[in-house]
Amino acid sequence: MSFENLYWSDIFAALSQTLAMVGGALSLTVLLGLPLGILLYLTGRQQIFSQPFAYGGLSFVLNIIRSVPFIIMLIVLMPVTVIVTGTSLGIRGVIFPLVIGTAPFFARLVETALREVDRGIIEASQAMGASTAQTIFRAVLPEALPSLLAAVTVTAIVLVDYTAMSGAIGGGGLGDLAIRYGYHRFQTEIMLVCVVILIVFVQLIQAAGNRLVSHFSRK
Amino acid sequence: MITLENIRKDFPGKTGAITALDGINLSIARGEIFGIIGSSGAGKSTLVRLINLLERPTGGEVIVDGEPVTSFKGQPLRDLRRKIGMVFQHFNLLSARTVFGNVAYPLELTGEYGRIEIAAKVETLLARVGLKDHAQKYPRQLSGGQKQRVGIARALACEPDVLLCDEATSALDPQTTGSVLELLQQINRDLGVTIVLITHEMDIVRRTCDRVAVLDHGRVVESGPVTQVFLHPQHEATLKLVREAEPDGGLLGNIAAVGASGRTVRLTFLGETARKPLLGRIARENGADYQILAGRVGNIRDTPYAQFTVSLSGTDVAGAIAGLRSGGVTVEVHGDDVVEHSSVTPLPALQRGGGLRHVV
Ligand SMILES: Nc1ncnc2c1ncn2[C@@H]1O[C@H](COP(=O)(O)OP(=O)(O)OP(=O)(O)O)[C@@H](O)[C@H]1O
Ligand SMILES: [Mg+2]
Repeated sequence: MSFENLYWSDIFAALSQTLAMVGGALSLTVLLGLPLGILLYLTGRQQIFSQPFAYGGLSFVLNIIRSVPFIIMLIVLMPVTVIVTGTSLGIRGVIFPLVIGTAPFFARLVETALREVDRGIIEASQAMGASTAQTIFRAVLPEALPSLLAAVTVTAIVLVDYTAMSGAIGGGGLGDLAIRYGYHRFQTEIMLVCVVILIVFVQLIQAAGNRLVSHFSRK
Repeated sequence: MITLENIRKDFPGKTGAITALDGINLSIARGEIFGIIGSSGAGKSTLVRLINLLERPTGGEVIVDGEPVTSFKGQPLRDLRRKIGMVFQHFNLLSARTVFGNVAYPLELTGEYGRIEIAAKVETLLARVGLKDHAQKYPRQLSGGQKQRVGIARALACEPDVLLCDEATSALDPQTTGSVLELLQQINRDLGVTIVLITHEMDIVRRTCDRVAVLDHGRVVESGPVTQVFLHPQHEATLKLVREAEPDGGLLGNIAAVGASGRTVRLTFLGETARKPLLGRIARENGADYQILAGRVGNIRDTPYAQFTVSLSGTDVAGAIAGLRSGGVTVEVHGDDVVEHSSVTPLPALQRGGGLRHVV
């Protein structure tokens, strides 16, 4: 195995694409998944706005999306992606399916995180004359912040995985590079370097996530 | 201040509705410390949560300050809740906020105060509960007693007329319990805040409350001034709670059976009467002997009391009883139907015929 014919510039370009995809998709996932998670939480059984039908419907749709393997989601969503972003290729083309693929997952994690907040705290907030919005934004969400940060960390790592997968259909990034060189051109060393970079990347995300979680843990 | 009219509360259960409260009528006066006592599952928490409408009654009316509030929603409900502070058994502090942040929370919710105003108010509140030096700590860094002080400061932030305390000291050790009860009495005295104190311990009622209602299986089975309810319990549930508060469990039936050859009477000395050497003098004057079978001595809030069950014998037992009564002692005679010097009707413990069953 030789590393002479490694194209470092390609690797750096791919890495920055991966970063852009993960970063972009993560922010949009949080933006979409957080309200969905809050909605799930509020409408859930014995919660503040318990709405069994709304909860059941939303839950059903999210479960369907979550049961479709991401690689199939990518292909199925292609026509929609083209309509929404104008292309199904490159960073732009891949962020849309990434968000659709991970937002339901993130929403579930948010729901779980919020449910873990002590009911007594919600009751205390209500007893002090807080509106529901105040209770959610000033009490429940801050109380759940460590769990929410942990959820973001897990989602970011899932996104790294998904971006690599989306490389297969022309998404760009490290996964794309690894498959193009390693699989189609038998340049295993490039594949190896890509995988090592991904491993380091995931470790860094987890470490940063853990630090944030413990920084905001007051329990 | 607070009136509950014919309150009923049913919870949906697996096998039909569970009735938690059934026909509750209560009136709590402004400025008093009102105890609600009952054993586990009696409905105390449900009752107190109805007052600030955390729970809606199935039937009946909650009246606060002369106004029926049962149907309140939205802003009027939130305004009502601001006037009713609540203190919880498990504190329910926001773990993500400092002590300062916790006390500031209800003030922030109102949207009426600026930063500086809030800071000044919080500082005063923390000084009142003795936590001035802990403002920047997080709840997990505090002891249970300190956490409850934060809970109390927070409940007082919006200058409420009423403080609802649901088992506020049940998670605390005896010494801390004492200091928290002391603080509540001080708040009641200094700020004139009406306090509703939920507890399952008669001892807490004795030390803290002016009046008390005994709750049993969702009904008020007895209520009145603590001096009355504590010294002359009528209902089985009350007797049980009083006995639990006695050091020996209050079961002195054996002693009573061994020594009781004369007339068994229960003597209650309350207030000034409890400070006078009455019993010995009157026994002497009437040539009577007394054997003490059971007794308890202490204070109800600040009122001293002494209560003895004695067996009277000798030449003029009737004269001794008359003498005691004219000295201000409440005398209840074993077997008598009518008790003078108190509005109490016959004593269930004495009436049951099996001798004296509880301390008295
Ligand atoms: N949300 C609820 N759903 C169903 N049943 C309830 C609910 N809350 C209370 N109950 C029932 O109502 C009754 C009274 O409960 P409550 O909590 O008021 O008792 P408590 O006197 O406060 O008891 P404890 O001393 O154990 O706190 C109990 O039988 C309880 O099971
Ligand atoms: Mg309770």
